[in-house]
Amino acid sequence: MELHPFVIFIAAIFTHNIALSYLLGMCPLLAMSRHSNTAQGMGIAVIFVMTLTAVINWLLYHFILIPTGSQIMAYLVFIIVIASVVQLLEMIIEKFFPRLQSSFGIFLPLITVNCTILAISLFMVLRTYSFWQTVFFAFGSGIGWAVAITIIAAIREKLRMIGDVPNGLKGAGITMVIAGILSLAFMGFSGMVSVQ
Amino acid sequence: MRISQLFYTRGYRTFIKGFFKENTVCCQLLGLCSALAVSNKLENALAMGLGVVFVLVLSSFVISILRKFIPTQYRIITFMIVISALVIFVDQCLKAYLPQISKQLGPYVALIITNCIIMGRQEAFAAKNPVGYSILDALGNGLSYTYSLLLIASIREILAFGTFFNIRVMPESFNSWIVMAMAPGAFFLLAIYIWVFRIGAKLQPEKEN
Repeated sequence: MELHPFVIFIAAIFTHNIALSYLLGMCPLLAMSRHSNTAQGMGIAVIFVMTLTAVINWLLYHFILIPTGSQIMAYLVFIIVIASVVQLLEMIIEKFFPRLQSSFGIFLPLITVNCTILAISLFMVLRTYSFWQTVFFAFGSGIGWAVAITIIAAIREKLRMIGDVPNGLKGAGITMVIAGILSLAFMGFSGMVSVQ
Repeated sequence: MRISQLFYTRGYRTFIKGFFKENTVCCQLLGLCSALAVSNKLENALAMGLGVVFVLVLSSFVISILRKFIPTQYRIITFMIVISALVIFVDQCLKAYLPQISKQLGPYVALIITNCIIMGRQEAFAAKNPVGYSILDALGNGLSYTYSLLLIASIREILAFGTFFNIRVMPESFNSWIVMAMAPGAFFLLAIYIWVFRIGAKLQPEKEN
């Protein structure tokens, strides 16, 4: 059965959230969720880069790699595309939108090693998505990741005001616990749409 | 040379630093995505851990040999190409010899490319140090990642499936605790692991939450 792109979109945000049910993008989720505004900036950068690279990778995979029979090179191509798209975006922002630099541009270099971006391209190959399915899947996953990091950052900010966290659990540990509770909560969405 | 002298050599210190003192999962907080995602079963964790050790050691070896020839401004892309080539090799081997595990790991094998442990070790160590020490450093870090994964996976597999390396250890009446096989269980167990490790190793706590 061909899944409707909108179903994939909703599933990517709620039921199969890339951060909370596939456990991807944990390093930036821990490192960037200290303050709400950095979390939001990172989230927006991820949504943007994720959609863009997924589209480019889909086109490359279906129009160059498959006709030439070189699917084995897919990982190499994907990672080079991601690195160069990020580099290009950085230059464009620096040159034409200097005002965006402080809120958006500084997160771009970190995105190359964000595993969610590569994972989207890999999932799209594994599940043989069509073009529009890929677009909605990537966009939805980006939003899902941004939602997760924003909620975690907000909870961490509140926690800092009230909290007395045990020493060993400070920082990374308590963020993991927050993410775990959030992921339990997101399990409540399961059954809303079914993709597999 | 007496054995006790071995503990003071630079090679040993390089190894033990990555292996215990600066445990990749607990202290450097690197490679967490795969640590969380593949630690639901011991066989997956073992395959993933060995894959990471293999890629890490070989890429450290290659980068360390080439370190004088890689121009600084293009180093990241060079690291990435070396790492992806090795990961493609591991992925093909798994597909050929262990198709079952390869299917369960899914895209996570390919995600070794963006596993920050590997990139981090190249950038922080292999790009500046001679070959021998780079390999020891890579081994220490890779093995500490592997044992962390195995520890978490053994608890998760027993609680979630009642098995240990696919051998049943819990009594038949044991109700499997499915949440442990899913994402929340991974988060909670990793949090507990970090907590216990940090207390046990007497590490400095982080400054703020």
